[in-house]
Amino acid sequence: MKTTGQSILKNVTGWALPAVIVLAWEIAARTGLISPNVMAAPSAVAEAFWRLLLSGELIRNISVSTARALSGFVIGGSIGLVFGLANGLSGLSRNLTDTTLQMVRNIPHLALIPLVILWFGIDEQAKLFLVALGVFFPIYVNTLLGIQSVDPHLVEMGRVYGMSRTNLFFRVILPGALPAIFVGLRYALGIMWLTLIVAETIAASSGLGYMAMQAREFLLIDVVVLSILIYALLGKLADSFARLLERLTLQWHPAFQTA
Amino acid sequence: MSVIALNPRSEAPGKSEVLGKTAKDAAQARALRETTPTQWFPYAAPLPRARDPRDIAFSFRGISRKFGDKTVLDNIDLDVPAGQFIAVIGKSGCGKSTLLRLLTGLDKPSSGSLTVNRGKDGENRTRIMFQEPRLLPWAKIAKNVEVGLTGMASGEDAREKSLAILGEVGLSDRAGEWPSVLSGGQRQRVALARALVAHPYILALDEPLGALDALTRIEMQQLLERIWLQQAFTAVLVTHDVAEAVALADRVIVIDHGKIALDLDIPLERPRRHGSPELARLEGEILDTLFGAGD
Repeated sequence: MKTTGQSILKNVTGWALPAVIVLAWEIAARTGLISPNVMAAPSAVAEAFWRLLLSGELIRNISVSTARALSGFVIGGSIGLVFGLANGLSGLSRNLTDTTLQMVRNIPHLALIPLVILWFGIDEQAKLFLVALGVFFPIYVNTLLGIQSVDPHLVEMGRVYGMSRTNLFFRVILPGALPAIFVGLRYALGIMWLTLIVAETIAASSGLGYMAMQAREFLLIDVVVLSILIYALLGKLADSFARLLERLTLQWHPAFQTA
Repeated sequence: MSVIALNPRSEAPGKSEVLGKTAKDAAQARALRETTPTQWFPYAAPLPRARDPRDIAFSFRGISRKFGDKTVLDNIDLDVPAGQFIAVIGKSGCGKSTLLRLLTGLDKPSSGSLTVNRGKDGENRTRIMFQEPRLLPWAKIAKNVEVGLTGMASGEDAREKSLAILGEVGLSDRAGEWPSVLSGGQRQRVALARALVAHPYILALDEPLGALDALTRIEMQQLLERIWLQQAFTAVLVTHDVAEAVALADRVIVIDHGKIALDLDIPLERPRRHGSPELARLEGEILDTLFGAGD
């Protein structure tokens, strides 16, 4: 009984500070300390949330943005994983492609937006391309690093015990590289949302970024704040999902063993 | 003296032709034939099983290994009868680990021929135990032991075998745990179980006890000796601990500057007591070889 009470208390303490901030914010807005055209009060944001939820606009925009983010992530992430694995396992492949990839990596992918708009207009491909490009590098770099940092002693052990190449890969190399791949995954999820927000605010006709830009045109500051909050929430959700995955697959790791 | 008949299979060309090239070799081979397994290790009698098909576990003939200009092993000749416990000692960098790597196929000799007696179907039955346990951190203990059965058994069969051998090393209750929660000595016992689960003919031990504390080390020595007496494999222990070598081995080889400087039989009964005068005398003899008598 005592322990559950303690754990509830622990969870509550984490949320105490945000609650106080929201309360202070609301009071400041009500008393006119913060002007309504600078920052919307929390109650106004909640109201906007309710209004857009009822009209279906919010759900539609969230699902459009999420679909873009995830499909871009899947495309860029899988290409990154494939290159990371190939270059980690084969010296030939690494010699062939790594220099090029490292050069491209140093171009900020958001700097390509003008070019991307020229190529794809403001269609879906533009967003997919940018997200995929942004996600590619963290996954690639960390997968490569993960494979290169697998303990060579374990690989030698696997060979002595007569493991075939596929066996060696699935039982020794991939599990050894997994912690680093997860680091890449979490980085990539952050970059995924960031890229999408920028792309949607600049060139889009639907989605959360578009919703925020429209609201700015009509000075609907409550909707702007709402979109920002939703981005934060979606980012947190993606990160929690990655953590859950980590927790499930890295049970062997001392860092994930709950005492 | 009873002479054991050589199994015809071991006379097959390619296996024994390496023997008997020179008069000295022939004499050595004869000496091996004219001793019975019980003479090789009288304290182990009666033997749990016949092992005639592999009377010679392995033999080195003029083996050299060079790394660039540096000659690490220089024209080594060595015959080891099956079931013998041989210890290889030497100063660090003397080539003793290279010897093991050649034996287990991790490295190839620059010149010379190496014959390792394999199983009936030619499968590799040589196992090595490293100084570090080298367990897969992402596999539970039982799964780690099953690695030793790669390509030989799988599923329920492998599971049963690995649990049985874990019982032998006294860890059957830890089968479902991660390696990270085990102590160093326990991990090394899991590594031993993994090496033994497929019943190797030859077990190469590359200073496997070097990283353990003194008490755990004595415990492991006893465990190793007990399992070796039970399973009767050929054990090749590379160590820098002379006391450990004379306590465990039937025969001690000292390697110095790439050559065999001393080949000494340890005809003492088992179990041997640590600190007994005979062990001390043999230990002294070996140390004299290593550092030169009277210096």
